[in-house]
Amino acid sequence: MRPSTIILAAATTAALLAGCGNHSQSSATMGSHGASGKRISVYLLPKKKGVAYFTSCAAGAQRAAADLGDVDLIYDGPTDGSPEAAASMIEQWSLKHADVIAVSPNDPDVLAPAMTAARAKGTHVITWDADGLPASRKFFVNQATSAQIGNALVDTMAKDIGPNPTGKVAIITATLTASNQNEWIAAIKARLAKYPGLQLVAIKPCNEDQKLAFQATQDLMKTYPDLKGIWGISSVAFPGAAEAIKQAGESGKVLVTGLGTPNDMRAYVKGGTVKSVILWNTQDLGYLTVEVAEAVATGRLKAGATSFDAGKLGNKQVVGDNVLLGNILVFNKDNIDKYNF
Amino acid sequence: MNEVTQTRSNLSNSKRVAGAFPYWHETALLVLLVALMTTAHVLSPDFLDPGTQLELLTHVYEAGIIALPMTLIIITGGIDLSVGSTMALSAVTLGLAFRAGIPVFVAAILCVVVGTAAGALNGFFITRVKVHPLLVTLATLAAYSGIAEGVSKAAPVSGFPANFLALSSGGIDGVTIPGIIWIVSAVLTTVLVIRTPFGTYLYAMGYNEVASRLSGVPVQRIKYALYTLAGTASGLAAMLFVARRNTAKADVGNGMELDVIAMVVLGGTSIFGGRGTIIGTVLGVLLIHETREFVSWQTNRSELNSIFIGALLIIAVLLNRVFANQNSRTA
Repeated sequence: MRPSTIILAAATTAALLAGCGNHSQSSATMGSHGASGKRISVYLLPKKKGVAYFTSCAAGAQRAAADLGDVDLIYDGPTDGSPEAAASMIEQWSLKHADVIAVSPNDPDVLAPAMTAARAKGTHVITWDADGLPASRKFFVNQATSAQIGNALVDTMAKDIGPNPTGKVAIITATLTASNQNEWIAAIKARLAKYPGLQLVAIKPCNEDQKLAFQATQDLMKTYPDLKGIWGISSVAFPGAAEAIKQAGESGKVLVTGLGTPNDMRAYVKGGTVKSVILWNTQDLGYLTVEVAEAVATGRLKAGATSFDAGKLGNKQVVGDNVLLGNILVFNKDNIDKYNF
Repeated sequence: MNEVTQTRSNLSNSKRVAGAFPYWHETALLVLLVALMTTAHVLSPDFLDPGTQLELLTHVYEAGIIALPMTLIIITGGIDLSVGSTMALSAVTLGLAFRAGIPVFVAAILCVVVGTAAGALNGFFITRVKVHPLLVTLATLAAYSGIAEGVSKAAPVSGFPANFLALSSGGIDGVTIPGIIWIVSAVLTTVLVIRTPFGTYLYAMGYNEVASRLSGVPVQRIKYALYTLAGTASGLAAMLFVARRNTAKADVGNGMELDVIAMVVLGGTSIFGGRGTIIGTVLGVLLIHETREFVSWQTNRSELNSIFIGALLIIAVLLNRVFANQNSRTA
């Protein structure tokens, strides 16, 4: 038994070292500041790695890096979505002398010290997808203003209900403290003034848990039997709400719309439970983020600019320190098959 | 392997058996650590920069501090699964007290007191109600984090004053205050284990608790003290973590228990009790920390971390087997 355990130990060690070696080769070719002009290292940090939404953003970012040619893109983030782990990664990257770190902060307060420290060490820090504390970053790549999102959500619901929309409507949100969602809710309320027939009766959190979103929707339908529509305003809340309506056999009677990726919502759209899905183009968001990162590092984009040439995406508006992606997409059963993310 | 040879090999592994070199496991860990750092030096020299190393070490001090009492507990044949939840409870106490207007350093003391009380409650159930530590701390693992989430309503508290945040950044020559606390505690614990009867009792309890009790070892008092100490360490770690990350909330310390137990077991402490050293634990902490940092440094794929840590633990278990057999021959 003893020789075999030694062999096993040796084999495991060898595998471990071999693993190290392989990765070094691939990243050496990727990460070297070689003689071929100045390379710019861009670290792209999602809220959580391994989520469909962020993976599709990363695909767009990868394309931008290929198009630009001078960018070494590294996409990594906490697999558990913990902001403390994200802060540790920012610290490590600034020690590696990253040129640019682009952060989607899952908790702006926790990440701010690490982001500010990275800036002090000479790394450019920008935010994307969600904003951080203004002092902790140079630019925010904003997928859409909250007014644009709120308007799209309300207008789409009104259109799906039909002419002269009337009835009770409700919102399933992420958590009651999520800053993105709270801004969107404010925008929804503002836009509802345009549709006096629609009456917002409840806002329920799902704590980013699809089962809770499912339950909350069932409860809403019991409490308000004449409920006309539900917004699921996170990529978790939306499918949970749609599933509850589908299982209750209320498809088409209780309308549900919200923010989600086409791939997550395709089955519900084809099945008739969901008429419209609203989202910005996530791949374009990733693309724009890398364009902005490169431009900040080379000095092509400076504070005070009002427009920005984002390569293949064309000219993008800059408002203050926000670079706006701008266009919101509405997916329905006619166009959803054209999108794969 | 039958029971007699198992006991024999356990006994022969004791550092108190004369003749056999007792530190094979620690030596092997040191070799692994040196091998890792050499590989790192070849592949990316920047990683070994002293400033970089010192800053990265700030990520592991809290776990290192909790690993010390955890080692003592596991040497006695016990376990504490509640350390992460105790951290959460302590951190939430700190946050809520601070938000209620209590001066931050008073709130910090409260944080350590709550950790100590949580540990003492574990000790009470284990020694007075006589429930197995695994069950007690499994229950309080859920209970403490549940309380932490309930009272804080899962909302984070931040905005701590700079003089409190300095607890995590101040220090000597780049070794931050948490680092100094870890080093000093490790030295004190080593002295406690090697130089005092208390240390001898720990190993005796791990080998055979009944025999120890019949020989007059104050088994229950020692257990009570150890679990309370683990609570204090968790409270202290929570305070340092809050100061480092400027946030107090109910998921502080999430998963800490498994991290710490992995470090202690990698360090050569037997999960069945009776064997283990503080220097081994320190090496275990460093080896897991350096592996984790280097893997993400080199590969930029944080999901690989758990694979490498898993492989390390397998190596440690196999090494343990090899040395256990070897020692039983020389004994």
